Formats: sequence, C-alpha cells, structure tokens
Amino acid sequence: MKSVSRIDMEFQDKIKHLYNRACFGVPLNTVSSKQEIKDIIHHLIYAKSTHTTLQVASLEEVEKLQADIKSMPKETAKELRKAIRDRQVQLNQLWLEQMVNSSNTLQEKMALFWHGHFACRSSNPFFDQQYVEIIRKNALGNFGTLLKEISKSPSMLQFLNNQQNKKEHPNENFAREVMELFTIGRGNYTEHDIKEAARAFTGFAFDKSAQFIFRKKQHDDGVKLIFGKTGNFDGDDVLEMLLEKKECAHFIATKVYRFFVNDVVNENNVQQLSDVFYNSGYDIQKLLHAIFSSNWFYNIENRGCKIKSPIELLVGYTRIIPFQFTDNKSNVFIQKSLGQELLNPPNVAGWPGGKNWIDSSSLLFRMRLPQALYFEQAINFTPKATIAEVYSYTNNTIMDSYIKFAVKKIKTQFDWSAIVQQFNASSDVVKDISNTILISPPSQASLSAVRKSIESYTSESAIKSAAISIMSLPEYQLC
Amino acid sequence: MKRRTFIKTSALATATLYLPNFLKASEEVLKTTTNKKLIVIQLAGGNDGLNTVVPYNNDLYYKARPQISIPKNEVLPLDASLGLHPMMTEIMDLYNDGSVALINNVGYPEPDRSHFRSMDIWQSASGSREYIASGWLGRFHDLQNSFSANDTLLLEIDDSLSLASKGNSSNGLALKDPKKLFNEVSTPFITQLGKNYTATADHNHDNVSYLYQTLSATISSAKYIYQTSKIFHSALSYPDHEFGHSMKTIAELIISGVNTSVYYVTLGGFDTHFNQKKRQENLFKQLSETISIFMKDMKANGKIDDVLAFTFSEFGRRVQENASEGTDHGTANQIFFFGGGLKQKGILNDGPNLSDLDNGDLKYTVDFRHIYATILRKWLNANDNLILGNSFPYLSFV
Repeated sequence: MKSVSRIDMEFQDKIKHLYNRACFGVPLNTVSSKQEIKDIIHHLIYAKSTHTTLQVASLEEVEKLQADIKSMPKETAKELRKAIRDRQVQLNQLWLEQMVNSSNTLQEKMALFWHGHFACRSSNPFFDQQYVEIIRKNALGNFGTLLKEISKSPSMLQFLNNQQNKKEHPNENFAREVMELFTIGRGNYTEHDIKEAARAFTGFAFDKSAQFIFRKKQHDDGVKLIFGKTGNFDGDDVLEMLLEKKECAHFIATKVYRFFVNDVVNENNVQQLSDVFYNSGYDIQKLLHAIFSSNWFYNIENRGCKIKSPIELLVGYTRIIPFQFTDNKSNVFIQKSLGQELLNPPNVAGWPGGKNWIDSSSLLFRMRLPQALYFEQAINFTPKATIAEVYSYTNNTIMDSYIKFAVKKIKTQFDWSAIVQQFNASSDVVKDISNTILISPPSQASLSAVRKSIESYTSESAIKSAAISIMSLPEYQLC
Repeated sequence: MKRRTFIKTSALATATLYLPNFLKASEEVLKTTTNKKLIVIQLAGGNDGLNTVVPYNNDLYYKARPQISIPKNEVLPLDASLGLHPMMTEIMDLYNDGSVALINNVGYPEPDRSHFRSMDIWQSASGSREYIASGWLGRFHDLQNSFSANDTLLLEIDDSLSLASKGNSSNGLALKDPKKLFNEVSTPFITQLGKNYTATADHNHDNVSYLYQTLSATISSAKYIYQTSKIFHSALSYPDHEFGHSMKTIAELIISGVNTSVYYVTLGGFDTHFNQKKRQENLFKQLSETISIFMKDMKANGKIDDVLAFTFSEFGRRVQENASEGTDHGTANQIFFFGGGLKQKGILNDGPNLSDLDNGDLKYTVDFRHIYATILRKWLNANDNLILGNSFPYLSFV
C-alpha cells in the first residue's frame, strides 16, 4: 500500500510532466493537489481565452515592403531594410511574450509545433504576421483548415515558389513539400502525383494587398491523374485528396507524438492517435486530449526523455523566474546562439530537434546562459545564423549592430518575488528547488556541484544562486 | 615547362579528371587512421567565380560585364584563357610552385539559388530535393569514431558548428581558439559536473547520458587541444583579421601534432549584389595572403605533403552583372585545392562555357559529391560510400 505522501509525489510528478509537455514547464504556485488531472487536462485544452492578434506591420506598408529594394537609392534601401528587420524582431518578441504570458499556453505550444511543421521564412514582416496569425489561430482547431490557410498564405506561396507556378511553366516545389513534409510523407506518392499536383496548384497566388488570389489565366484546368483519380483538379481538390488519406492522419500523429511524448515512436500508441485524429475529421483538440489522458503518456520512459528546444528553454526560464530583456535584440541574439530563432527555421523541413539541439558548444552555451542573463555578463559568442545573414545584407552594419549590441551588454530585469516567496532558505533550498523545476531528481554529484556554487547563504541570495545553478545543469535541459 | 601543361585539350581535360575504371579503389579494408589533414574553407555568401578565375580572352565575359569585369591587362594569367583576380598574387606564386589545383564548373543538378538551401546541400551532401539533417564531415566523424574513438577528429574554427560538422551519432568540436574553450570548461561548476558524473553516472534516460557524455568529452577535448597546442607557436606573422587568426590556429594545431584530421573554417562576405569590385578585392587579399603564409608554415615544418586545403562556395553568381555593379545568385563555381600532395596540378578541366548557359547561369560539369568522395576515400582513407550514402566516381587530383 502506498503512503499518502508517495501518492502525492506521484501526482505531483505527473502534473510536472503534463505541464512540461503541454506548456513550457510548471508555473510556480499554481498546482494544488485538490484538482484532478482530467480537469487540468480539460482546462489546458479547452480553455476559453480571447485571442490576441500580433501586429507589427499594417496593410499600407505592404507595398512599400514589396518594392524592389535593389533599384532604390542606397540610403533609402538601407533604411527600409532596417525597418523590415526591426518589425521582424518585434514580432518575434511579441510571439515569445505570448508563450510566456498567454492564459492559453497549450495553444502557443501547439503553434510552436506548427511553426516547425509548416516551416516558412519570409523577408516581409507583414507576411510573417499573417503566417503567425494562421498557425496561432488554428493551433488547436482543425488541421484541414490550417493546411488550407497555410497553403494560401503569401508567406508559404512565396517561400515555396508558387507565385512562379504557372500553366506554361509548372513549378513543383509546393506540390512536393505539401506531400512530403506537410501531409502524407515519403513513400505515399509518386513523382507523377507531384507533377500532376503541381499543375493543379497553378493559379494559387497572392495579390498586392497580400491576399490569396486564384489566377484563372495561370491555372491549368486540364485533366490530371492524381492518386489514381482523374479529373480537372485544382489546388483545393488536391488538399482534400490528401486529407482523405489515412496516411495523412498517421503522418501528423507521428510528428505530434515525437513533439509531445517521445522522440522514439511507439507504433501502437501512434496508431491509436492516428485513428482518433482521422475519425474526428482532424480535430487537433481531440488528438491532444487522447495523448494527455492516455496512461502511456505518464509512463516513466516518456518522462524527462526529451531535450528542450531553445524556445522551450527560454520560455521555461521565465516561467520560473520572470525576466525581460531590456532590448528585443538581445532576445533574438540568444535565440540565434541557441540554434532556434522564431520565424527563421533552417529550411522547409523545420528544426531537426532531439539530440540535434546539443553539441559541445550549444551545451556549454546552455550551461552558462542563466548566469550570463542574471549577472548581465558579456557573451562572447557569434551565432552561426548571423554570419549567414550578415552577408545577405549589402551593408554589414545592420546585422552587425544586433550582434555587437548583444555581445556588449545584455540587459535584463528579473522578477524574483515568486521564487523567493515560495522557498524557504532555512530548509534545503537546493533540494527543494530542484525537486520543483527538474523533471527527475538529479544525481548527488549534480546536487553537490550546485551546493558548491552557492556563494552566499543569506536567504535571498541563496535561493537566487541555487535557482541559477540548477537551471544551468545538464538535467535542466530535459523535460 | 609549367606543370599544368599536361592537360590541354578539352576532351582530355575531362577524361583525366576521373580515374580510369580499372584503377578505382577496390573495397579493401580501410585503415581508420591517417596522418593526412584536410582543411575545408567555406567562402560564404556565394563567391563570384567568374571574377575569381577570369576568362580573360572571352568576349562574352566582357560583354556580360561592362562595369565589373576584370580588365585583361590586370588579370594574372594561368594559361591562354584563364587568369586569376589581380589580388591573388600569393596564390599565383603557389600555383607556379605546383601547390594549386583548380576544378571549374563544380555544382549539382537542379541548383538552388537560396543561400540557406544551397549551403545545406553542400554541407549535407544531399541532392537538391532531399533534406538531410547531418553533414558530410559529421558523418565522417561518426564512421571513424565507430572504429576508434577520437573526439577531436573534426574541428570547426568557430563558436558553433555548421551543419557540415554535425553527424548522426556524434559531432565535431567547435572552437574559436584553444584558450577560450579551455577557459570555458575550466570553471569550478563545469569541472565539478564533468568530474562527478563519471564517478556516479546512473541515469534511466539515454539523453541524460548523452548530455553528460557530451560535457565530459568537451572538457577532455578542450584540455587536450589546449595542452597540445602549446607545443608549437608559429613564428610567422599571420594577417590580423579573423580568417588570418583562424588559419594560424589551424597551423599551430597541425604542427603541434594534435590528432585532428579535418578542420573547417568560414570566410564570409561574398554576397556581392552591389559594390562587388571593392569587396572582392578585400576578401581575395585576405584569402590569398593568409593561405600563402599558412602554406609557408606547413612547408617550413615538414607538413606540406600531408595537407590538403580546398575552398568552396554555396553557389557562383550569374554571368550577367546587375544594375548595381554587382552580381546575383547563380550556380556552378570553381574549387581551389592547395597542398603539397596533389597528384594533378594546375587547371584540371575546361573553364566555364559562356555560350552554353542555363537561363543565364553556368552549367555544372563536375558534381561536388564526386570531389567529396575522392577526398574521403583517397585522402582521408575513409569509406565514402557509407558516408555519402551513394557511390560516386573518383577523381584523380589526390
């Protein structure tokens, strides 16, 4: 027979696991053992909250942004580039703040998943803004709707060259990726299907006001043979045909499983999810409910086995110790240095994730970041992505200023009140804090390293330095 | 007679680039250790190859580039049709010494003109329709480490790793300079964690072990490299810019006897949409003076025959200049090889054909993966088939 306190521990561990995966970690002081898990799950998935649209650019600015930058006088072009970059940085910051502060955290977490799934990059902040709105608004909605809206967004149409997909010169890029990466995955279509689907997607375009437009003149309305069916298909027909395939539900369920449960896939569990998803007509809430209310989700092999993505890590910090960068640029610099920048995925396949997040330099970076932020230390580090971007600008000074700024002075503001209130420095704070914020108990060795790093034992500073050190442990990289 | 003159006619040039079939290496057991060193120099941003190795007797070149072409009388002639950019005087000297080989028109089918994507393709050695999340050198690291562990087999001279240096089961090591990395792993907190773990390791999850293995390998590698690097300090004065510092670091590590086989370094700034002339001059000066000093160092310390360096860029640029005295993203490009162990020297194949373009872009004639396969097999003595997931024909330059 289990003692009450062990049941309580087990309950707390389950809650921690749930919040780690469905959100960005357990918010301090919010979990009471009076709630039942099923109520918490229901609340996470079905919480009604007002949707906040993130806005950084207006429609009037679209045309300006779409202007041919190369034909401008140098100074004008330079100013425009800076304006564009500033908007993107601002959008990144607003989105990250939503992940931290939104009352509907699961929606933001799911939007992050969709960002990796429908990975897309644009040089136009208005397109970015539309794109972010689509994946956030539909994050917990219907996958079919999401797929259709993304397929018609200027951001994706441009990224995958569908503006150039015309009757006379079909461009297969979108048709290929929509099958390979967005819906059914490799092995479930032929090269011929792609060729024919590309013809069906001709005419999918956007106009000057950044709205989807079906250009009839550019559309090839001839007969196509796709997945063994013959007809005068257009892009909408192809998307419907993809959704009709069970392989689509299975492909998405597998990816969602990897994101929320375990990098190593359990085929039985995925099959179960895939059926729920397909039979519900691609209801994302039902899919997530099936995951979080399953028994296997809480199995020990699924706990603490995932490496946090940089965004999960960064948002997770602020759930424990709320802090802000005094300047948005620092935020982008840190994301770049950690290897995951919102709105800037490596390619249409998204971030590979898992062990790929960690190598010698990214691990060392993660292990010194909490201190660097707290003590506002200079971070002598040049992120790779930045080098790539520096030379895409004709004038290095734009991106350089972001790096130099960040390297010289990362300014932060920490709000310690919650954590200082929650813990009592007269007890074993190292143990208490690590029990709260780590998913599984660290080794004695790690605990003693943390203890040695605590410089002062005045109550407040002991709590602070214990928290900073625990957040620097390799164990903290897992969730 | 100059060494390069053994290849002349176009038909022959293409033929001699590849090994005759009967000479291809058989599937002999490959030794996993080699004293050969490879230095990969990425010219990031897409270097304009046509203004690097200039077809200075071709009217089409001058016609396509009324503003930014290199005047005939400034070119450093390599042969009757091709010549180096005037800032590459030191590379010209190396060329005359027989330490340079040049392969023109290197690329891949269905070229992509996005920096990111094309760099992915070159670094992962994928086809242009595949997405591979590991790099060709990272997979070399995986494979060689499966025979005998060496955490310092592959070093990238930077703060972080590029895709090229990331493997599936292991990674190269990123460091800007040995001292900096050593200092980073020598804090009491990190030292303690690295030490304690090995004594008390007991974790359920694979990923906990992975993190600690990475940490402890990083600490020991950083120490090994820093300690060993003290053996040799170069007496030569390398130019005072980042690329110069990086190549000096590499030279000192090689001469000190560090067990690294592959070094990866990036020189950025080649995306010359406008103002190309000035920027290329500056970059070629950096490249040329640094490589020259590096080679001098290798020669003076008896390493020159064990060293092979090559340059690559994610793409070349369009033949036609643009309206801003620059060039836009293009396709095929040349690769330079430097070293004392080259089996073929000089210009190894025909220069670009400016009268046979694909939508205004150069057509590739050599797939870059053939070059990778050749280097892996014939220079690093590694199984290129396993690393590249395909078998490509070998060339004869090493």
